[in-house]
Amino acid sequence: MVDQALADRVWRRYERKERLIRYGAMLATLTLLVWAVRDIDIFWPWVWDAPNQISSLGARMWPPDPNRLGEIVRAMIETLHIATVATMLTIFIALPLAYIAAQNTTPNRACLWLGRFILVASRSVNTIIWALLFVAIFGPGVLAGILAIIFRSVGFIGKLMGEAIEEIDRRPVEAMEATGGSRLKVVAYAVVPQVMPAFFAIVILRWDINIRESTVLGLVGAGGIGVILQGSIDTFAWPTVATILIAIIVLVLIGETLTGLLRREAI
Amino acid sequence: MLEISNLVKRYGHDEVVLKGLDLTVEDNSVVAIVGASGAGKSTMLRCINRLVEPTSGSIKLNGTELVNLKGRALRRARRKIGMVFQGFNLIDRLTVMENVLAGRLGYVTLFQAISRRYPQPDIERAFVLMERVGIAHYANKRADELSGGERQRVGVVRALMQEPELLLADEPTASLDPRTSEQIMRLLHDLARELSLPVLINIHNVAQARAYTERIVGLRHGRMIFDGKPADFDEKALDAIYGGIEASDDGNQRGVVAGLPAGEP
Amino acid sequence: MTPAQTRAPERAWHKPPFIANPLLRYGVLALLATYLIWAFGSLQFNWERIADGWPRAGRIFGGGFPPSFERFDLLLTGFKESFQIAVLATLFGVMLSIPFAVMAARNIAPLPVYLLGRATIILARSFHPVIVAILFVAAVGFGPLAGILTLTLYSLGFVGKLLAEEIEEIDWGQVEAMKATGAGYFAILVYGIFPQVLPRQVGLSMYQLDSNLRASAVVGIVGAGGIGSTLMNAFGRYDYAFAFAILLVIIAVILVSEGISGWVRKKLW
Repeated sequence: MVDQALADRVWRRYERKERLIRYGAMLATLTLLVWAVRDIDIFWPWVWDAPNQISSLGARMWPPDPNRLGEIVRAMIETLHIATVATMLTIFIALPLAYIAAQNTTPNRACLWLGRFILVASRSVNTIIWALLFVAIFGPGVLAGILAIIFRSVGFIGKLMGEAIEEIDRRPVEAMEATGGSRLKVVAYAVVPQVMPAFFAIVILRWDINIRESTVLGLVGAGGIGVILQGSIDTFAWPTVATILIAIIVLVLIGETLTGLLRREAI
Repeated sequence: MLEISNLVKRYGHDEVVLKGLDLTVEDNSVVAIVGASGAGKSTMLRCINRLVEPTSGSIKLNGTELVNLKGRALRRARRKIGMVFQGFNLIDRLTVMENVLAGRLGYVTLFQAISRRYPQPDIERAFVLMERVGIAHYANKRADELSGGERQRVGVVRALMQEPELLLADEPTASLDPRTSEQIMRLLHDLARELSLPVLINIHNVAQARAYTERIVGLRHGRMIFDGKPADFDEKALDAIYGGIEASDDGNQRGVVAGLPAGEP
Repeated sequence: MTPAQTRAPERAWHKPPFIANPLLRYGVLALLATYLIWAFGSLQFNWERIADGWPRAGRIFGGGFPPSFERFDLLLTGFKESFQIAVLATLFGVMLSIPFAVMAARNIAPLPVYLLGRATIILARSFHPVIVAILFVAAVGFGPLAGILTLTLYSLGFVGKLLAEEIEEIDWGQVEAMKATGAGYFAILVYGIFPQVLPRQVGLSMYQLDSNLRASAVVGIVGAGGIGSTLMNAFGRYDYAFAFAILLVIIAVILVSEGISGWVRKKLW
């Protein structure tokens, strides 16, 4: 009797409705994929040839050419300066924006939406596009690069700091208000100490990202190692390109080590 | 002296949490406010320093009407009212000393606050108060490194640093173990005496209320239904306040009867 | 307050500084000051050209406003291509990231395999996608193929790293239980490890799709297809009104995509 009852029960991993949803999702994804592959403007025979092409390019880059090393190192340092200076300047703009873009500290709804709008606009435009714009306005050079990094980083730091501010424990805020302190004093004592760890983590992270971003700004003329890189590519000087790529890896590794160190010490 | 008349607090259209409270508290007295959760104790306390906005009524502290103050006047009034919280509400990452000095935020300039350059008299007072409650040796420790009882003592010192004319305590011992909560209640009682301060304490523990206060006010569903000496707070009163909690507010509660508990609902 | 007592000596108090050791503290400050002076000193600014900037900005924004949607069909084609690049790159990248993440997880890979996996992922992340795009363009020519290859590598680096970290943080107890039943390596993988990391993987994939959509707009700037190429052409022709239109659409698409991926992730949790 028991065996009969057991035999009638079936175990399935997903309920009927769930199964339908899963199949539906998989079907949709598959359709999307097939459409993308068929509709895209690629000459498919070239795809099979791609590994060949890639390795032949690799061969042309070997061995790396050390001739312009001095110039390259100087450009790398310039790249580092752009990233660091721009990140520092960003802090002064991003913090007030984060303050008005956080629901619990914003003075009024208009400020809230203004702050959020600025942060979203800043984040949605890629650093390189900002760089394009600033090169068109101020001409090629490091100013365009610094401004591009600032305009992009403001959105990143501002958004994350805004979220950190919104997540604080409200109780110290209540206590400080009860002592009769003004708004700024309440913020200085109840908000700032709570968001300090997040602040350091966010700024250090963005600095790391900015070092990477700065390496390519030169490709559109905004200073740094990218300028030499673009020049070498235009003249098909592949061994020099290889040297530059190695230099970039070194810079990124240095950046990662420094930021890792800072993170351990400051947080 | 604190005078509350006809205090009403309504949330939205229907939810009336305080239904016309009247209370007068003389200087140099410790008053316990008891009542079930949701009776309105916390709301009443927070209406006094306007952390919650009263809907109507009057609250006067030493003659000053508090209910319609705004901006700087409100802050001036708040610094005269010290508050001790159930969750201590300390700033965990700052030191004990900074937490304590924060009590002076209503009195110092923004620059002094941010640079932590408080006037010497404030620092002296901080040390004296901290020694009085027994936490002076923690001055430079981070607030979150202290135990619960110690943290609440920091909270008490912070409130006293304001040189308040009134002290509010919102269930100050609810998060503490029995022995520590006795210590805190004793501390509040002694300090009230030493400083001639009126003190309002929200409290659940009726035994402690009887032992450390000289007047018990009972709230139920936003109305005051007991106001009298601890000795008179007997079983009947206890039932009136806490008993039959599931029963809804049927409007049959009688008003305040000084000295005697109200009849059965 | 309390009754007068004999005047005790004044007790001072100062806020404990952020860096306790005074030598270290001043050292760091000095280092910072030196660096700033050095950095600002060595950066070169062409002040004349910069001063020219304000009138130039006026002309650009004047010319760019209002945005022109005349060549809307071009815009649409560009976006369609960007979208296709993003979809394919996410798919290939996520698929590839799984074996590499398994290789790069310290708790389930032997040391040499681990090192190989980690190195690959780090390499994939070291270069900005734009640089990688340039190289692929040089190798396989202009067009979306370079874009797909670039973003596949980019996805591999990003999703692979996060997945490897996920795998390293799993509850080892579940794996032990599987081992105790005598299951083989792949069975353990599928039953003990994947169920723990897969939910996050789906979220990561959605995030990566969103990220690739943004990035595809950018790699086009160097010729790897998509809306970026359209943008570059507009800039090159000084057609700022069209460029502005493209930018607005980019921002709008990014916002929508962010919204959708956020909604989907909430549903999946």
